[in-house]
Amino acid sequence: MAIKVLMPALSPTMEEGTLAKWHVKVGDEVKSGDVIAEIETDKATMEVEAADDGKIEKLLVDEGTENVKVNEVIALLAGDDEDASAADEGEAPEKPAPETKPGQGEATSRESGEKTKAESRKPKAEVKADPDLPEGTEFVTQTVREALRDAMAEEMRRDESVFVMGEEVAQYQGAYKVTQGLLDEFGDKRVVDTPITEHGFAGLGVGAAMAGLRPIVEFMTFNFAMQAIDQIINSAAKTRYMSGGQMSCPIVFRGPNGPAARVAAQHSQDYSSWYAHVPGLIVIAPYSAADAKGLLKAAIRDPNPVIFLENEVLYGKSFDVPKHEDFVLPIGKARVMKEGNDVTLVSHSHGLTYCLEAMAKLEEEGIDVELIDLRTIRPLDMDTVIASVKKTNRLVTVEETWPVCGIGAEIAASVQEKAFDYLDAPVLRVTQKDVPMPYAANLEKLALPSAAEVVEAVKAVCYR
Amino acid sequence: MTSKPASKSPKPAQKKTAKKSADGPAPFSEEEEIAAYRDMLLIRRFEEKAGQMYGMGLIGGFCHLYIGQEAVVVGMQMAIEDGDQVITGYRDHGHMLATGMDPKGVMAELTGREAGYSRGKGGSMHMFSREKQFFGGHGIVGAQVPLGTGLAFANRYRGNDRVCLAYFGDGAANQGQVYESFNMAELWELPVVYVIENNQYAMGTSVARASAQTNLSKRGVSFNIPGEQVDGMDVRAVREAGLRAVESCRAGKGPYILEMMTYRYRGHSMSDPAKYRAKEEVNKMRAEHDPIEQVRMRLIESKALTEDDLKQIDKEIKAVVNEAAEFAQSSPEPDPSELWTDVLADMEA
Repeated sequence: MAIKVLMPALSPTMEEGTLAKWHVKVGDEVKSGDVIAEIETDKATMEVEAADDGKIEKLLVDEGTENVKVNEVIALLAGDDEDASAADEGEAPEKPAPETKPGQGEATSRESGEKTKAESRKPKAEVKADPDLPEGTEFVTQTVREALRDAMAEEMRRDESVFVMGEEVAQYQGAYKVTQGLLDEFGDKRVVDTPITEHGFAGLGVGAAMAGLRPIVEFMTFNFAMQAIDQIINSAAKTRYMSGGQMSCPIVFRGPNGPAARVAAQHSQDYSSWYAHVPGLIVIAPYSAADAKGLLKAAIRDPNPVIFLENEVLYGKSFDVPKHEDFVLPIGKARVMKEGNDVTLVSHSHGLTYCLEAMAKLEEEGIDVELIDLRTIRPLDMDTVIASVKKTNRLVTVEETWPVCGIGAEIAASVQEKAFDYLDAPVLRVTQKDVPMPYAANLEKLALPSAAEVVEAVKAVCYR
Repeated sequence: MTSKPASKSPKPAQKKTAKKSADGPAPFSEEEEIAAYRDMLLIRRFEEKAGQMYGMGLIGGFCHLYIGQEAVVVGMQMAIEDGDQVITGYRDHGHMLATGMDPKGVMAELTGREAGYSRGKGGSMHMFSREKQFFGGHGIVGAQVPLGTGLAFANRYRGNDRVCLAYFGDGAANQGQVYESFNMAELWELPVVYVIENNQYAMGTSVARASAQTNLSKRGVSFNIPGEQVDGMDVRAVREAGLRAVESCRAGKGPYILEMMTYRYRGHSMSDPAKYRAKEEVNKMRAEHDPIEQVRMRLIESKALTEDDLKQIDKEIKAVVNEAAEFAQSSPEPDPSELWTDVLADMEA
């Protein structure tokens, strides 16, 4: 039985082409891989190779024929061994090609996919934003810096596969002293000074995580992580999905993020929304020392890639931290820092300093603010925000990110989808101004959000 | 900075590269010749079938065929042991088959089906097998090099004697992250063999048009990484160099570079008409250096196998490939619910 040679497609979008030239004639012996014809489209000329050995039995389409449809039989090949295997081969192409038109499968996917979305992405049981601590738990006053260090040290004691790597993390004790003391306790096998090579060591860390280790990769600041963002997004975030769940990447990328002070545009940027955009990543941005500790411990234990955004200005700020060796907080849970009835203020990380200052002033004026610390940016705890908006009917978001496609933009969009009828005023955003960060002290101050702007926005949504 | 003593690695004879010396690479046993023949032929027939199925619209997106380069991955696979890791870029079907992944699962991934290695979510460039220690299949040129270096880092961290083979092409050899990896690998003496598959064209750009130093085996010189050029069309030469490199890594001497001089017969991807090179160049390579034909000739000359034996092998391989193609077309598409799975691992995992 003859083997059918079909008009091939050069790309998934090609539907027809010109059979420009035959390189063989009837009776020629061909081997698998031999060029037998040339076809042309508007974009290219391609050679058609024989996929089997055999003798050319018939050429069914003349040279120079235009508009030959893809998958049309253009020639017949007599198999060199006239047995069953050749016959099978001839039949294969006759099977109807499955529907692979782009778009068609998509619609059904979306439809039934929507149903399963909620199940797969929501926490299985109701998780408390702040788990109860054992009675009598002592609190100690710690800086955010110390809390982060303790979180790493505790997890490294607990799990041999956890290690820290980055620039100046070991001998120098950390550019911002977050890894202070770790080298002494864990040695240079587990506290690894790297060359200045962000793309390289981020990728190396991802590879080590794929092999089952649990790297904590410190970026001296997240500004430098842009050198490594391909590895973070394309390798760390997407590989689990692309492998059908076979691969995992338990890695933490951490370091200071957001505007520092007087270091100008290249060293003053909040990357929250950049990473929050990416499925496959978890993004955490804590404010207090207790949250920094509890969430970093959770991040290190998490089987997914986590972006842990710290803040340089907050490193030296002190908070009460529970003295409890297994203090791990749930990822994806916002905290209501203060309950109130008039307006909801939502922020994260250093943005909360503006909110707290503004809140004191607003209280003096009789405005009762409900303040929410998001703590995790992805997955974003919209349930807590929506519940609050349903109570206060007003919302102001505060962040040090640029406004365009920022966290506030995402929250505002979600709120109008899920609580439109509850809103008594437009959602307002207080953000960094839409300019690169200037160096001059006065301009920098203007570029950043301020407590005064928060007060103004809150009053505006309260119509006062 | 740890610099290595000059005597660190036996300097392999560079004569291997320039011209074939009379003694040539160490011969294979009859068993090895047949195994290499089968493995290379499987890759060739699989790729031809993939090309054919792409032409029929059954395979979507990009499809980078390995035809012509079979000796590289088959020879290197003969140089490693179970538990050693393999990672590569997007011209990866050959690596999957060589590591022992099931042709059915690979082909079903190419057609985007539920039974594919990545359950249809990865496609040609993104397949993995933990069981076979195959770590992908990566679509960003050069990105697999730091990843492979990280796999080697994990080996050293755990104190086992496993070695990672990190494959990349002559095009990727010009990516900055490759040199960031070289530096760290040598600094920390990581057990990684960098296998540069120099098929002479990065898409349409020849090595000479893209590289100031065209001898890519020298790219590790400033890091003190030993390197050699290898006839990547001769599976025996590949295996021999591979053994030397892997042994050096396993002995804790740090990374090693092997530049495999090879050639791809097909275009960069299915939609590449390959106008940047002369047809004669391709024909000459095929006629004079084909990796499979070389082994076939030796098997005939040594009378190890007859034409009929070889025909029988061809037939068996064809059957395996046809079965894979059949399977890949009959396996169902992924359930729509799959859209939402495998984004994040469960916290409990």
